[in-house]
Amino acid sequence: MMNGSDILFYGLAALTLGCGVLAVTTRQLFRAAIFLLFSLIGVAGIYLWMQYEFIAAVQVVVYVGGIVVLIIFSIFLTHQAGEKLAPQKIKRQIAAFLAAFCGFALVMLQVYQHTFTESSETAVAPTVKAIGTQMLDTKNGGYALPFEVISILLLAAMIGCIVIAIQKTPKGISQEQ
Amino acid sequence: MQPGLYHILFISTGLFFIGAYGFFTRKNLITMLMSIELILNSVNLNFIAFNKYLWPNQMDGLFFTLFIIAIAAAEAAVAIAIIINLYRNHQSIDVDDAEELKY
Repeated sequence: MMNGSDILFYGLAALTLGCGVLAVTTRQLFRAAIFLLFSLIGVAGIYLWMQYEFIAAVQVVVYVGGIVVLIIFSIFLTHQAGEKLAPQKIKRQIAAFLAAFCGFALVMLQVYQHTFTESSETAVAPTVKAIGTQMLDTKNGGYALPFEVISILLLAAMIGCIVIAIQKTPKGISQEQ
Repeated sequence: MQPGLYHILFISTGLFFIGAYGFFTRKNLITMLMSIELILNSVNLNFIAFNKYLWPNQMDGLFFTLFIIAIAAAEAAVAIAIIINLYRNHQSIDVDDAEELKY
């Protein structure tokens, strides 16, 4: 007998996988971005279902609010609206499907043969307070150093984006041209 | 059947190979970037599932997921800067048209 929680889980799983499949198969680029958005929302829902509220919030803010919007902007900058992608070769589609399906079958076979042993210690709730304390801790398995490294990486990525995307004007040509 | 670790591993494996399929078939750089996002999401889902069901006394999987999300954001921003620059030089973001990396 399925209760509400199970139904919610299967619904979220169907949303994630279905929209994921549509995102990689549709020939309209803008629709692919929207399907990707719903797939990422489905993943955020699964995090919420597992009661990792903070990760779900981060997923929505960074992926749905950041990366997908960035992708949609770059679609508008590089494509005509309503333009369809060129059809793919059927031979390549079949080969890719076989490769993906065989990989999936192999991994699932391994997963179902493996028995996972759970830790018997008492669970800690992933509250925002606990996350923040461990994130900025320098002792007891804290993550202060990776946090600082990530900060430098984000700064480097930001500067790198500006340098790559800057409009180069050749010498001798005025800026107005 | 009560959903558990195996169900979430099924979803994440499915998401990973959907992303791999997209990466094999697509020729447009933006759609390839979308496939990479799907693959990264499947990894995040794995980390959270193992954290929740196997080591509920620790939070290390959660931190790995947070850092992967941060790196994915940086990676997407740099990739889109490269795509826009490529479009400016070649008027196309098809991988087949990007034959020359230096102009």
